[in-house]
Amino acid sequence: MFPTFARGVHPPQLKTTAEMPVRRLGFAPELHIPLGQHIGAPAQCVVKVGQRLERGSLIAEGRSFVSASIHAPVTGTVRKIGWLATPQGQRIQGIVLASEPGAGQEHVPFRAPPDLNDPGQWVDAVARSGLVGLGGAAFPTHVKLKVPDGRNVDTVMINGAECEPYLTADHRAMLEWPDDIVSGSLLMKKVLGAERVVIGVEANKMDAVKALERASNNCVDIRVVQVKYPQGAEKMLIRALLRREVPAGGLPMDVGVVVANVQTAAMIARLVPKGLGLVERIVTVAGDAVEKPGNYLVPIGTPVGFLLQSAGVVPDCQRVILGGPMMGVSVADLQLPITKGTSGVLAFKTAQDHESGPCIRCGYCVQACPMSLNPAAIMRSARGGDLDGCVQYRLRDCFECGSCAFVCPSKIPLVQYFRQAKLDLRKQPVAV
Amino acid sequence: MKALLLKGAPHLNSERTTAYIMWHVCWALLPAALWGIWSFGLSALSVLVVCVGAACLADFGFTSRFHRLGSLSDGSAVITGLLLGMTLPPSVPLWMAALGSLVAIGLGKHAFGGLGQNLFNPALVGRAFLQAAFPAAMTRWTPPFLSDRFQSFLAGSWTIPFARPQLDAISGATPLGLLKFDHMSSHISDLFLGQTAGCIGETASVLVLTGGAYLALRRMLDWRIPIAVMGSVFVISGVANQLNANYPDGLFMLGSGGLMVGAWFMATDMVTSPVTTGAIWLFGVLIGFLICAIRFWGGLPEGVMYAILIANATVPLLERFTQPKAFGGQP
Ligand code: SF4
Ligand code: SF4
Repeated sequence: MFPTFARGVHPPQLKTTAEMPVRRLGFAPELHIPLGQHIGAPAQCVVKVGQRLERGSLIAEGRSFVSASIHAPVTGTVRKIGWLATPQGQRIQGIVLASEPGAGQEHVPFRAPPDLNDPGQWVDAVARSGLVGLGGAAFPTHVKLKVPDGRNVDTVMINGAECEPYLTADHRAMLEWPDDIVSGSLLMKKVLGAERVVIGVEANKMDAVKALERASNNCVDIRVVQVKYPQGAEKMLIRALLRREVPAGGLPMDVGVVVANVQTAAMIARLVPKGLGLVERIVTVAGDAVEKPGNYLVPIGTPVGFLLQSAGVVPDCQRVILGGPMMGVSVADLQLPITKGTSGVLAFKTAQDHESGPCIRCGYCVQACPMSLNPAAIMRSARGGDLDGCVQYRLRDCFECGSCAFVCPSKIPLVQYFRQAKLDLRKQPVAV
Repeated sequence: MKALLLKGAPHLNSERTTAYIMWHVCWALLPAALWGIWSFGLSALSVLVVCVGAACLADFGFTSRFHRLGSLSDGSAVITGLLLGMTLPPSVPLWMAALGSLVAIGLGKHAFGGLGQNLFNPALVGRAFLQAAFPAAMTRWTPPFLSDRFQSFLAGSWTIPFARPQLDAISGATPLGLLKFDHMSSHISDLFLGQTAGCIGETASVLVLTGGAYLALRRMLDWRIPIAVMGSVFVISGVANQLNANYPDGLFMLGSGGLMVGAWFMATDMVTSPVTTGAIWLFGVLIGFLICAIRFWGGLPEGVMYAILIANATVPLLERFTQPKAFGGQP
């Protein structure tokens, strides 16, 4: 039996696109590039309206430590700098880039290649390359590579679990870029002074395990974990592979681990040594409303609608989800762009909502929650407006994986209650 | 393209619904109920039909008045009616059975706010009411397999409401009654194979166990509860029996009375049992202990009903003190 974490759920896997090689998507006429598509401060725009840019040149610079730079995903002209919509329904500053007709795939470096033996310069190069966690969290990668004084990192963990149903982008990355993943992770190991690299892959991707093993030269440790959701949550992967528990509210670094997604590791190797910036990512397009499902290498900023059209979306599509079905967000605006954190676009013909019933205290949610919370109790507190109760039942530990709502036989939208309660908590002056 | 619809994550839900669970509980109860009908005849059949029918009617009445939520289709009223009927003596007057269902659904369920809100198992509330209001009718037992059981009703069945009941020509005694009042033990195999007098659905322990085990395997009841109840009863009575042979042994305790139905179908009622691991075990052991205490030292031969009702009341407290240990944190 492969290792795993406690509790969790088994949603249907639906990984219909696993066999489909990554195809390059053409350029949309217009790319919409938000300046904040990562966790942390938005990048600062360094271009002007009307300016012509080559694919790969810097267009916005991350000036705070926790931020990430952005590069032109296509050769073209800046058409507009202004407000763009976000999937969450807010507005954010961004750049609209008009693609040049017949623009090619050449990708120009925005800086000279860094000296790989100088850790400072190297981490700086990662920062400027605009790399963020490509698994979905979009946390700037270089921040994880700077170990604060007094801390020690012994393990670089590469996350190839990909536990969300439908998504196969990471799976394809492992099959098609295994050498990049291995060398990217070794670069991380070197700069962090870690002892080992561990790559965790769910047992439904044994072909990826083989590909990585072939590429690894025994320099990295490839381990198989059980197929279970949310195995790809970094805390769960660390628990499964190292038996370490990241403290509540803490980071993997607190237990000596730095985690990066497989696509991130691959991009480190593909971009940083050559002084290139991140301009594209693999996105899974799937769902019953898509005629040509598959994995696409998509320029950042491509409108979701353009991607769906290229993949042949049917007219009676009723629901579009960015990300996976468990944690992804449903959107109504197809102008929204693919960002660095978008791992999938799912389109469905049916959008039936389950009617929710009363909580029958079945305890399924308690037996599902990977954070060992009592979701039903949090929900009751939240519904009664008792924020203190929510905190006592450790609402803050909830990372909204949706396992509880998935199993709930009464179809109670538990995660929505938790999101709302977290928003309300933030509005409270001082939470003790 | 049509307008796209929005919804919060997760966008997948497991196929299991509340109604699916409830109906499976009903199916799992059926073998023991059918055995009750086979061994006690027409009267037993009528009691079950009346209980289920009255429970559904009552649920329908209360629901459309107050909530409209737990509609009949979720099967929970059927469970309540069926469970109540199975814990009644075969000769109980039918009007009492109907009244018991009404109390179970009205007082046990809707007075608390409907499905999911009640503190006590509704079927047990109904039964406790009948036991308190009509102690004589609730302790009149019929031997199984009477030869004319499918030709005629038992004497009690058609009693007019609140009239003085006629006494049965034939009466039996339950194994627990025999033990308590006459110091007679029964054969263990008779207990498990449904050869004794008793409540309609409680005599065939083996069938109850089968239904319960099916639900446990399909994760529609929490196996830890019956295991904790049965384990603690077995251990406590085993020790008592060793010390003083007047106390019954573990197997007798497990096979007799309402223990199996109580442990597998009453204590495990999702709404009224705890959800946290520690509380689940404590709850089961508490029930086991109370059953032994009432059966050994109480004035009644049977204690399963009160044991579970008392334990139901402790659930909020048990859950408060047994929060699961935080991932990566202190308990
Ligand atoms: S969404 Fe939160 S409460 Fe629900 S299972 Fe995930 S971590 Fe637990
Ligand atoms: S899974 Fe749903 S019905 Fe069951 S206890 Fe949790 S919230 Fe209540």
